[in-house]
Amino acid sequence: MYAQMVKSTGERPKTLDEMSPEERAFQARVDADIKIEPKEWMPEGYRKTLIRQIGQHAHSEIVGQLPEGNWITRAPTLDRKAILIAKVQDEAGHGLYLYCAAETLGISRDEMTEQLLSGKAKYSSIFNYPTLTWADIGAIGWLVDGAAIMNQVQLQKCSYGPYSRAMVRICKEESFHQRQGYDIMMKLCAGNAEQKEMAQDALNRWWWPSLMMFGPSDKDSVHSAQSMAWKIKPMSNDELRQKFVDQTAPQAEYLGLKIPDPVLKWNEAKKGYDFGEIDWNEFYEVLKGDGPCNKERMAARRKAWTDGQWFRDGLMAHARKKRARKMAAE
Amino acid sequence: MKNEWPLWEVFIRGQHGLAHRHVGSLHAPDAEMAIRHARDVYTRRNEGVSIWVVKASDIAASAPGEKEPLFDPSNAKIYRHPTFYDIPDEVGHM
Repeated sequence: MYAQMVKSTGERPKTLDEMSPEERAFQARVDADIKIEPKEWMPEGYRKTLIRQIGQHAHSEIVGQLPEGNWITRAPTLDRKAILIAKVQDEAGHGLYLYCAAETLGISRDEMTEQLLSGKAKYSSIFNYPTLTWADIGAIGWLVDGAAIMNQVQLQKCSYGPYSRAMVRICKEESFHQRQGYDIMMKLCAGNAEQKEMAQDALNRWWWPSLMMFGPSDKDSVHSAQSMAWKIKPMSNDELRQKFVDQTAPQAEYLGLKIPDPVLKWNEAKKGYDFGEIDWNEFYEVLKGDGPCNKERMAARRKAWTDGQWFRDGLMAHARKKRARKMAAE
Repeated sequence: MKNEWPLWEVFIRGQHGLAHRHVGSLHAPDAEMAIRHARDVYTRRNEGVSIWVVKASDIAASAPGEKEPLFDPSNAKIYRHPTFYDIPDEVGHM
């Protein structure tokens, strides 16, 4: 999702017999839905997997500001501009909550940033697609934030306390994101033919990448079993994807837009939609770094980090000087 | 006066999964004693599952007079609330 392919231990979960007494006690707490807190004992694999997952999630929030930030100066009205600024500001905030949650696991914020900039840590593939028209801002709010909410709602139940609490806060703030997106789409779809066409074009381009946000299909998801046993990831990729399609298809219908999937059809027997196969080649290419905007996004993050160095250093130097002065006065 | 115990602020986690909440303060010579005192002063009726103590002098706080400049600007930004947008019932919960 925002963390699409989180490597866990790469092994199947241990059985109770294979566990050490500590691991068994830990698993019992997780199974009883007791939250794990920072200073408690936890298996090394649990800690590392969580750092990867929360890190990817945080990086996604931060990189996710770029495609939307692209339209702040060109929003069609002052209202839309104020809304978009507020939304992008929220994404920055969400990134910060998540970095802090990861820091409770013993990694520093700078280390995580370095991992992002070196390419060692990933962020969601969705943010490697360009925002070509204003309708893309509508589509992102509706689809991308819609998919994010789907994922984050279940993550509120994650076994790790600080992550779960960050999710509660994020979910509360996220609802406005999806609604403002759908609101943009409704406006465009109620407009002239050209505006409606623009909305359809945005849906065409964002639909499949949005479905890819949920990560590989369960049968190819080697790390899921362990993450689910640890309740780091309460629901599987395919379950969430299905829920998302079921929720979104009627919304597209209401707009009078057509989802670009010829196979998409309501299946009365399963009480859900059947839908087509994702182009997994594209998914892995984008994840590997060969999407339409990967280079641009990373270049922007590197530039922000390098250009901000003097400022970060300057504030630290000032704080140090102030402290020294205060101590001298005492 | 030199030997006056410093003031500590006490935070209690009421239930598993919830964040620690500020419940009050107490005096203690060091962190370990502050936790022991906090247990006696603030959790006699099974109010918590975890205690944090922080030296009051280590807490930086906003001044009451800053309330308006800090918080008033967000009053005008009603578009940050989901209810600002009219979403038709037909499309389901959003």
